[in-house]
Amino acid sequence: MTVDSPLRQLRLRAPLLIWLVLIWNLLWGTWSWANLITGVLVALTVTVVLPLPVVAGGARIHPLPALYLIGHFLVNLTVSSAQVAWQTLRPSGIRQSAVIRVQLRTDSDLLLSIISQNLTLVPGSMVLDLDRRRMALGVHVLDVGDEADVERQRAEVLATERRVVRAFGSAEDIARLDQEPPQERATAPATAEPTL
Amino acid sequence: MNDFDSVADWIAAAFLLVGAFLCLTAGVGLLRFPDVLSRMHAGTKPQVMGVLLIMIGGAIRLTGWSVTWMLLLVAVFQLITAPVNAHMVSRIAYRRRHVASEHLFVDELGVAPRGAEVQAGERGRRGDEPADAPVDQGPGPTVGEDDEAGDPAADEPAGGPRR
Amino acid sequence: MTVVAVLIYGMLGLGALLAMVRLALGPSLLDRVVATDSILVIVAVGLAVHAALQRDPTVVPVLVVVALLVFVGAISVVRYIGGMLIRTGEDNEELGGSPAAEQLRRLEDGGRS
Repeated sequence: MTVDSPLRQLRLRAPLLIWLVLIWNLLWGTWSWANLITGVLVALTVTVVLPLPVVAGGARIHPLPALYLIGHFLVNLTVSSAQVAWQTLRPSGIRQSAVIRVQLRTDSDLLLSIISQNLTLVPGSMVLDLDRRRMALGVHVLDVGDEADVERQRAEVLATERRVVRAFGSAEDIARLDQEPPQERATAPATAEPTL
Repeated sequence: MNDFDSVADWIAAAFLLVGAFLCLTAGVGLLRFPDVLSRMHAGTKPQVMGVLLIMIGGAIRLTGWSVTWMLLLVAVFQLITAPVNAHMVSRIAYRRRHVASEHLFVDELGVAPRGAEVQAGERGRRGDEPADAPVDQGPGPTVGEDDEAGDPAADEPAGGPRR
Repeated sequence: MTVVAVLIYGMLGLGALLAMVRLALGPSLLDRVVATDSILVIVAVGLAVHAALQRDPTVVPVLVVVALLVFVGAISVVRYIGGMLIRTGEDNEELGGSPAAEQLRRLEDGGRS
């Protein structure tokens, strides 16, 4: 095996560098050559002094599904913001919440983090834990009344996964969506505490 | 200040109003919700929707590209950092058993493989105690013997108690 | 106009006040972290509202700083609390048990054998 060539290194780190330069320019608020040059210098310094692990498996973007994902996300954000706002203000307050475990079918760091990011941004669901090896998410959902609600939320998480993978996944990832998830669910029944 | 003359200004005012209203509900939620995790839900809401709306409102009112870019930057930062923040806080809250079980309908993580350590602490459930209390109940090194005995099992999920 | 401004500032102020009550009451440290978080976000939002209403872009850079401060502050406190509880292994796999608890157990084991 050869050592990573500088060129490959640069190609792997290029997105981060471009992002940092972009932020630098946005921070200054104006676009000028001086800003661009100092931005490149700062970005190089930052990446050399504080190197990050390279995310394996770059992203592909499928434009149409990505647009669909963003649109769906915005609608979802609006609807559930209104929902949570109503739940905080209504006199009866919230019912119980739940912690559910969802078995995903995606096996990619990048996609998993986009999925978690997406889920946590939408009010009403929040990612508690990510079991990377078993590809399972622990999700906390607000305001659950009965089993049906839990199943609905689980379906919602899986639908989010489907949208994200369609938008950013490789062909292999997308193909894996239609397979059965690895059956490794905990066999013990959920310990539902009796309602007070 | 009284220069609300065009339609765009009124649209901006509407955005600002809705955003401010979301911030208010965040405060109400923080006060009313029963445990840390539910409060997190209330807390992340203004960070996402409210901030987005107010940044849009601000961008409409303020002219000039450099300001618009900066507002955009704030919105993007919020979108990136808010979930990370929420995840860190909620994970620690869950691990430290700051979750009052009577508020949970189901708790599937408690029986999950990774939940071993959560389960190990189940006997010593401490509900909503101050988080800065030491991990074990006792002040002295002699207390908490059986709790510690439960710990080695919790340390092994690397091998995996597959359940 | 003025009515709108009063309404917006009123709602923001009330929200911040309620969050502050939670900050004072909040039984655990984490509650307080969440409350501080919300207060800072409301401060940032208030700055943005001021900038928008007065058409005054000078506070916008402050806004950027506050928005970042929210993140850095909350994360550092939470990492600190988490450090008491969770030990991470070489591959970032969590092993559970704080360093203090580990030490305690080692002490006990040594005493027994």
